[in-house]
Amino acid sequence: MKEIYLDNNATTKVDEAVFEEMRPYFCELYGNPSSMHFFGGQVQGKVTEARKRVADLLGATPDEIIFTACGTESDNAAIRSAIEVLPERRHIITSRVEHPAVLTQCRNLRQKGYRVTEIGVDNAGRLDMEEYKRAIDDDTAIVSFMWANNETGVIFPVEEAAAIAKAHGALFHTDAVQAVGKVPITMSASKIDMLSLSGHKLHAPKGIGALYLRRGTPFRPLLVGGHQEQSRRAGTENAAAIIALGKACQQAGQNMQTENTSVKTKRDRLQDALMAAIPNARINGDGAERLPNTTSVAFEFVEGEAILLLLSELGICASSGSACTSGSLEPSHVLRAMGVPFTCAHGSIRFSLSRYTTDAEIEEVIKAMPPIIARLRQMSPFGREHLKG
Amino acid sequence: MWDYTPKVKDHFLNPRNVGEIPDADAVGEVGSLACGDALKLYLKLDEAKEKIVDAKFQTFGCASAIASSSALTEMVKGKTLDEALAVSNQDIAEFLGGLPEEKMHCSVMGQEALEVAICTYRGLEVPEHDAEHDHGHAYPEYEGTLVCKCFGITDTFLKKVIETNKLTTVEQVTHFTKAGGACGGCIPKIKELIAEVLGQQTAQPHPKTGKLSNLKKMQLVQEVLERDIRPMLLADGGDLELVDIEGDTVQIAFRKACAGCASSGNTARFVEMKLRELVHDDLRVQEVAA
Repeated sequence: MKEIYLDNNATTKVDEAVFEEMRPYFCELYGNPSSMHFFGGQVQGKVTEARKRVADLLGATPDEIIFTACGTESDNAAIRSAIEVLPERRHIITSRVEHPAVLTQCRNLRQKGYRVTEIGVDNAGRLDMEEYKRAIDDDTAIVSFMWANNETGVIFPVEEAAAIAKAHGALFHTDAVQAVGKVPITMSASKIDMLSLSGHKLHAPKGIGALYLRRGTPFRPLLVGGHQEQSRRAGTENAAAIIALGKACQQAGQNMQTENTSVKTKRDRLQDALMAAIPNARINGDGAERLPNTTSVAFEFVEGEAILLLLSELGICASSGSACTSGSLEPSHVLRAMGVPFTCAHGSIRFSLSRYTTDAEIEEVIKAMPPIIARLRQMSPFGREHLKG
Repeated sequence: MWDYTPKVKDHFLNPRNVGEIPDADAVGEVGSLACGDALKLYLKLDEAKEKIVDAKFQTFGCASAIASSSALTEMVKGKTLDEALAVSNQDIAEFLGGLPEEKMHCSVMGQEALEVAICTYRGLEVPEHDAEHDHGHAYPEYEGTLVCKCFGITDTFLKKVIETNKLTTVEQVTHFTKAGGACGGCIPKIKELIAEVLGQQTAQPHPKTGKLSNLKKMQLVQEVLERDIRPMLLADGGDLELVDIEGDTVQIAFRKACAGCASSGNTARFVEMKLRELVHDDLRVQEVAA
């Protein structure tokens, strides 16, 4: 069965050109970039090129890029470092809708005696900036807000939030895993101190990420025991994946326009058609500024896992904010923080597109969804009185 | 992706007996929109009102909830009411070739709907829905004290499920009933209930008050820790060690997952409660770093 892949916020296809770029660095050019001989040196050259490519996408300088194993490692390293370099400060600020890579870290630190404030969002998923301004003080060591939400695509005003953090002497980190490549980023003109990105969200392979660290920002490494990455991340470089990430960032820069035009047009067509064809549905985060590739649609009176599996039968891949898909019992913390009613939080489906998504695929999904929702609603004991007529 | 059996997939994709029976003799409704799954079961009886001649369902929920409902209707058709009452949640799971443990609550929901339908039909008492909890009681027919406020689950119901399915860990209880799966506030209480059910099966009477020799005390404390406490902790990936006993103070150190666990305070209190119950009323538990 040919797949229709609309789950690009979960992971993306490795671009063919990216794969070709990394291919020689397994069986042929397998040298260690740190070695003194020519054989390692030629890999070192490609790693340097990759660092430059990542920096270019972020509007940063190459020495500000630390390669890591994933977005989660970057998030963990940033927050751990901040509290170590500002030991007298005992307060952490984050949001209620962060990725678990940030949220779990902060909650663990709460167990260790840190004061942690989780800033809320409104019904459209927008960050409560007033609450943030009230919460921040001179005891705040780090503020960590995601650039864009993975479930709804809602974009946070991170630049504005970073300026507020600076004014209080706090460090500012952003998990930009979903934003990089879709939103223009210029770190040279920014107040953000640290930024996390992940390769596999932008057509590089899994297992490679990066942490942007503003020049001059004090830092304590998470991994020690090697001089790699200027002793800021010990461990032999994952050279092939780093080279792939560099290529993927170069391509993301070239395709930024596509993301915001043709991908966005397809996303809009999908959500408008679904809203027109299916009653009792709503777009989570509608009204907020959102990523161009993401839409999260809530269908009342049906459950997300059942929708996903029926879509899957047709080869369509999406994901849900439903409890049942994750093995947890509560619907997604993001939708709950937004106050999405229980009647539809369980029935929320996220479609996330990429530059590989075609118009024909979008039309397939538009055709497939209404009968699936109708079939499950017909089976459901709820909502009859709302749906009749 | 869940590892569903072909039979679960079949009953999800081609559910049998979906719908209502307008003149049903018995109807059982459990779950709610808030809980994330709900089932309404309709039963039609024969002339003699003994045998189930037709069964239909409406389900809101995931694939395994729909498959469990479909399986249930197939299983009870042709059965007498008494035979139907004997159907357990394990029977439903077995009929489907098994369910992932995280999804066992779907089979429990099926069994409960059946029980509610038959009890209501026979005029056995079914307490009113507690309107105070907007989450709704998942299993309103079970009286008792509310343990899990998030999913509306009582101690009576939990004890029944723990006993029938021989559950030994909180995680299992959550997978079977959902209790403890949201805010986690009731986890200590679930641990107590597990201990209570297990205790009923294993506990022997001990002298609880009066003088106890140091030797005897040490022996009994060790015995209770080995028999009643450590197996539970080990099953959750944790452990503890008896460090020393000074007078009536039992010093313990937590190991593995228990060490540094946020709720180790609760665990220490639970150990103290158990020791007081089974060894001596004056015992105190102190957590030491060792």
